[in-house]
Amino acid sequence: MEAFGNELVRLENISKTFPGVKALKNVKFSVHAGEIHALVGENGAGKSTLIKVLTGAHMADPGGEIYINGKKTEIPNPASAMAQGIGAVYQDVMTAPHLSVGENFFLGKLPKKGCFIDWARVNRETRESMKQIGVDINPTTLVKNLSVAAQEMVAIGKMVRERAKVIIFDEPTALLTNEEVGQLFALIRRLKSEGCGIIYISHRMEEIFSLCDTVTVLKDGEYVDTVPVSSVDENGLIAMMVGRKLEDMYSIQHPEPGDVVLEVRNMTRAGVFKDVSFKVRKGEIFGLYGLVGAGRTETLRAITGADPFDEGSVFIDGKKVSIRNPKTSIKSGLAFLTEDRKRQGLAMNLSVNFNVNIASYDLISKSGFINLSKEKNRTQKYVKEIRIKTPTINQKASNLSGGNQQKVIIGRWLACSSKVFIFDEPTVGVDVGAKVEIYHLFEQLLKQGAAIIVISSYLPEVMGLSDRIAVMSEGRIMRELSRSEFAKDGVMNEEMMVRLASGIVD
Amino acid sequence: MKKIKLSNISTVALLLILVAVMFIALACASDVFLTTNNLQNLIRQTAIYGVIAIGMTFVIMSGGIDLSVGSVVGLSGVICAMLMSNASWPIFPAAVAAVLVATLVGVFNGIIIFDGKVPPFIATLGVNTAMRGVIMLITGARMISGLPKAFTSFSRDTFLYIPMLGWVWFIIIAVAIVVIKYTTFGRNNFAVGSNTEAARLSGINIRLTTYGVYTVCAFLSAIAGVLMTARLGNGVPTGGEGYETDAIAAAVLGGASLTGAEGSIIGTVLGSLIMATLRNGGNLLGVNSFVLDIIIGLMIVFAVMLDKKRKK
Repeated sequence: MEAFGNELVRLENISKTFPGVKALKNVKFSVHAGEIHALVGENGAGKSTLIKVLTGAHMADPGGEIYINGKKTEIPNPASAMAQGIGAVYQDVMTAPHLSVGENFFLGKLPKKGCFIDWARVNRETRESMKQIGVDINPTTLVKNLSVAAQEMVAIGKMVRERAKVIIFDEPTALLTNEEVGQLFALIRRLKSEGCGIIYISHRMEEIFSLCDTVTVLKDGEYVDTVPVSSVDENGLIAMMVGRKLEDMYSIQHPEPGDVVLEVRNMTRAGVFKDVSFKVRKGEIFGLYGLVGAGRTETLRAITGADPFDEGSVFIDGKKVSIRNPKTSIKSGLAFLTEDRKRQGLAMNLSVNFNVNIASYDLISKSGFINLSKEKNRTQKYVKEIRIKTPTINQKASNLSGGNQQKVIIGRWLACSSKVFIFDEPTVGVDVGAKVEIYHLFEQLLKQGAAIIVISSYLPEVMGLSDRIAVMSEGRIMRELSRSEFAKDGVMNEEMMVRLASGIVD
Repeated sequence: MKKIKLSNISTVALLLILVAVMFIALACASDVFLTTNNLQNLIRQTAIYGVIAIGMTFVIMSGGIDLSVGSVVGLSGVICAMLMSNASWPIFPAAVAAVLVATLVGVFNGIIIFDGKVPPFIATLGVNTAMRGVIMLITGARMISGLPKAFTSFSRDTFLYIPMLGWVWFIIIAVAIVVIKYTTFGRNNFAVGSNTEAARLSGINIRLTTYGVYTVCAFLSAIAGVLMTARLGNGVPTGGEGYETDAIAAAVLGGASLTGAEGSIIGTVLGSLIMATLRNGGNLLGVNSFVLDIIIGLMIVFAVMLDKKRKK
């Protein structure tokens, strides 16, 4: 085990009770200077609650103890956490998008010269702080014009300026491209070498193994264990998180592929994607891999009528279909499950019942009048079939977990008797247990003769699941690979995939 | 005594309690309140606002707002009056024509909002001002009198002790409830209000839904305009001015949320009733009408605050 510096933060015996639930039960946790400490657990394991206790957003139940630099203290509110050197970077960053980088740095405490704001100083000091972390950003740029990665850098720079000694990263890579992840990791390592303590939360296992020194596992609000990362492997860690052994979660049954159900020819949209063609068969999983911005999502949004396209044609079961809008695409049997379930997938404040039926009211109504008992029966059928965990079908979608929300959307498309299910990043924001269930649903869908397209920038997922993979780069398909090509003798050739995705042809 | 938690009571139940409390209090405070005459009056007062508020509820549920209802009320009112008085049309065709023409304003709103991508607040604000201008132009800002007796007496007639205006309102309530609960249009409206993009990707026609809600709202406001003209006995160019605020207030009081996908027809009906009862009761008790406005205004704000707290 590496030797770390002083203990910066220690939490002892932390419990947190909300009305009706005990979110944390006697949890302990500590971070040392120069340590990158991963905090893992399924959704609902209590990670966020623990972090909120540490950042002053929640008060722990009486009896919990917080030590900073060995001294017992209290963190009653976020301002106090900041003052004691604890800062956090969230996946959807904290900045005010319409203000400049400099303004964000000094938010609430803009320096003044007389009665006017001292802009020169704002810009100078912001630039200096950003240089300190090795990033060159113009302080007058509006934050909304920066990439998510740059926004995270700004948030980090701000914390460094405010002399945060403990920096919490909550799923910081969820919205970043691979290259940006590299930059972020370099920065985190730099913070580590400068003696900061890092708390790192992520669902992505390989990040924990490549970045972190120590890992603490929480399960159902309870402390499981803290171990050096070098002493566990991925399966061991997952087993600790879910409390049971998992076989390789990607190994689902693939039936013998049938006829071609979807064929796409020469899809083109100027400046976005060009000449994209592929075929998908019944009972097969077709992976679409590429870096963020390679045009994967855009292509499939066009095929499903969500966005316009310039040229190209779509064939379903060998027959040409004209896709003008989502409705025609749904009618011809395509289902598009968007990555952003909150903004594009679910009507969050409406019921499960509504969300399951939303795309198929036509099928259960006569001249505009809905058959309410059919509506209810269908929902109940899918809740049972795909095991959506919900107290009643009238529960609001927003009250379900990420995995169950995904299931509600799957139910919606089953209700439309869709033939091709297009999943855009199907397991983003979903915990390990629910991931396994979603993959089992894939198995079920395939068995029923559906075809699946998976868009993913997560290599282990797309390689583990797909029968064939097309790799996209800058709007074009670089190559289509069969399983025997990308998984020779069961060994995944990740390097080849990344090279192709970066536009490099051998 | 068992403790009743505020959060366990639905908005509608809360409103019903409020209505009951108001009725009991007013019955005790005034001998006149519970007379047939006054109750009939109360229904007549509520009906016109109530019909508009139902249209507004459709719009608010879809996540929009319609500030043009006041001028639609005015427009349909003066057209109806002009057709009967100047052109000597019979009552029924005149009313139908007026309603149809004024309903076009709603279609127009829908086009500006969906195709022109103008935020509903701004679009309908502009249309409201423009339409009032149209009304003033076609009437020369003069009142239109000489309406047929049968028309004006409609507003005073009763059937089974209930004023005809009330019957119109009741029928519209029933139809609206059915539309919201049993039709795809009603569901689509909710879906658009909750998450427009998700609705679009689920194959819902956002264009038709948007046109639909604003057209429904204008249609109901136009009916209200005819009813108002019958009650006033004249075509009044300034008729309907400011009605939008009362309609929005009634819907919001009834639990509708301006962020969309929340609210109910029954809630709005009770909201309208509460507002009208306050006005009616205030008049009976001789409360200064300016003071009454202050009370009603504060009550709307307070009610919504309470509702938000309760839903947390």
